[in-house]
Amino acid sequence: MRGRVAIVGVAESDEMGKLPHKSAFALHAEAARNALADAGLQKDDVDAVFTAGLWMASEAAEYMGLRPRYIDGTQIGGCSFIAHVEHAMAAIAAGVCEVALITHGESGASRIAMPGTRFGPDSVRLQFEAPFGVAGPPTGYALAAARHMHEFGTTSEQLAEVAVATRKWAALNPRALMRDPLTVEDVLASRMISWPLHLLDCCLVTDAGGAVVVTSAERARDLAKRPVYVLGTGEASTHVMVSQMPDFARWDAARLSGERAFAMAGAGPADVDVAMLYDAFTIVPIMALEALGFCQPGEGGPFVAGQRTAPGGEFPMNTNGGGLSYTHTGMYGIFTLIEAVRQLRGECGARQVPDCRLAICHGLGGMFSAAATLLASTEV
Amino acid sequence: MPEHTGPVPVPTPETRPYWEAARRHALELPRCRTCGHCFFYPRAACPRCLSGDLEWVRASGRGTLHTFTVVHRGMRDFPLGTPYVIAIVELAEGPRLMTNLVGVEPDPACLRIGMPVEVVFEDVSAEVALPRFRPAPA
Repeated sequence: MRGRVAIVGVAESDEMGKLPHKSAFALHAEAARNALADAGLQKDDVDAVFTAGLWMASEAAEYMGLRPRYIDGTQIGGCSFIAHVEHAMAAIAAGVCEVALITHGESGASRIAMPGTRFGPDSVRLQFEAPFGVAGPPTGYALAAARHMHEFGTTSEQLAEVAVATRKWAALNPRALMRDPLTVEDVLASRMISWPLHLLDCCLVTDAGGAVVVTSAERARDLAKRPVYVLGTGEASTHVMVSQMPDFARWDAARLSGERAFAMAGAGPADVDVAMLYDAFTIVPIMALEALGFCQPGEGGPFVAGQRTAPGGEFPMNTNGGGLSYTHTGMYGIFTLIEAVRQLRGECGARQVPDCRLAICHGLGGMFSAAATLLASTEV
Repeated sequence: MPEHTGPVPVPTPETRPYWEAARRHALELPRCRTCGHCFFYPRAACPRCLSGDLEWVRASGRGTLHTFTVVHRGMRDFPLGTPYVIAIVELAEGPRLMTNLVGVEPDPACLRIGMPVEVVFEDVSAEVALPRFRPAPA
């Protein structure tokens, strides 16, 4: 499958941030319109729609007046959109569809026209986790962070390094929401949300949309921009609820998805020029770096120390400013794809990573429950 | 019994024996009669071998603190009040479960991963008691 499909269009919604005047579906439509324009394609060229988090994936298609022949609503959390690229690749290679629109719109902050929760009082989540006071994602991620610190000696300062480096990238991205400078001391002084995670260890909560257009390598060559070929993909799922996490200090799903993606691409971690690693919380990219083989298990904390992932550092990571400082709607994964494609095309201006040939996108779903990895390049 | 303000579990047919045991202040776990795997949460198929031939076994109620968080921005009206401790306990029988750690200061300096803990049930309604854990002698 290596190089069989390419990402040919990427875009965010017109506006990002706090948008009480826009529904989640309006954000889908804006991003889709912009991504198709980026590709030089028309609405009627789309014959496949991929999205996550709706009641039915076809709701997004209906809103946009699309009548896809192939539809995929795979929902494995924030990494769904990265997994959708793999699914689109398989469908395109099988000849079932040709132009896949992967679309995301989420009114994460304003909650305009968002799908409701589906957990009944007899769900396992409400029987075996909620009675103990689980208050949204931070409590779950804190359980992993605490175990990682216990087993490996990872420190709060090392977690804070991720937030600080990511903010430096955000300062270079006009579309990032939070661009003021940040220090390790600021992170440690921010209020405790769920020990060991401070407020500034946690991602933003925003309203935004993002979309990606995928087509065959043949069709891609005739479109508006230089194709970004999909060289490797992998996905994995190990559990859903955090209490079912097999190992709280090691991210199994990320390791499995990464091994699959690197094997398909015929590449290894040392070949990667830029990394977009889902950063819902500062601990997440640290555990991803270990799981994907950029360092050994337990070495993620020392790896990010000394602002190694910041502009000018030897490991450029989350150059858009990440979920921590750019945008995080709730399901951030699509934004890793958008930034990776822009870096590979050389469109990133002040934050452009020089000689950027191989990018990795890595996403998180649920409570370290699922993961998806993608390797891409303008060269096959 | 003071009014309980937190979520109260509603059992399903496959979890009812667990909650009925909890109401008697007993911790019971499902065990697979085919492969011997003891697991949590209760379900109608063994997550190791998919067998449906299961039995309930009485657990010791003892275990160790596997990981924890001290929740400062917590669930609204949660009865323990903030800060409170959400813990993952590894039971002596093997499975892990989510619970609260009580009977200890909700302060990371007072808690140690690996410390021994034991179950203590709290009646939250006439039908439901929640298994929480407290520090235990080594």
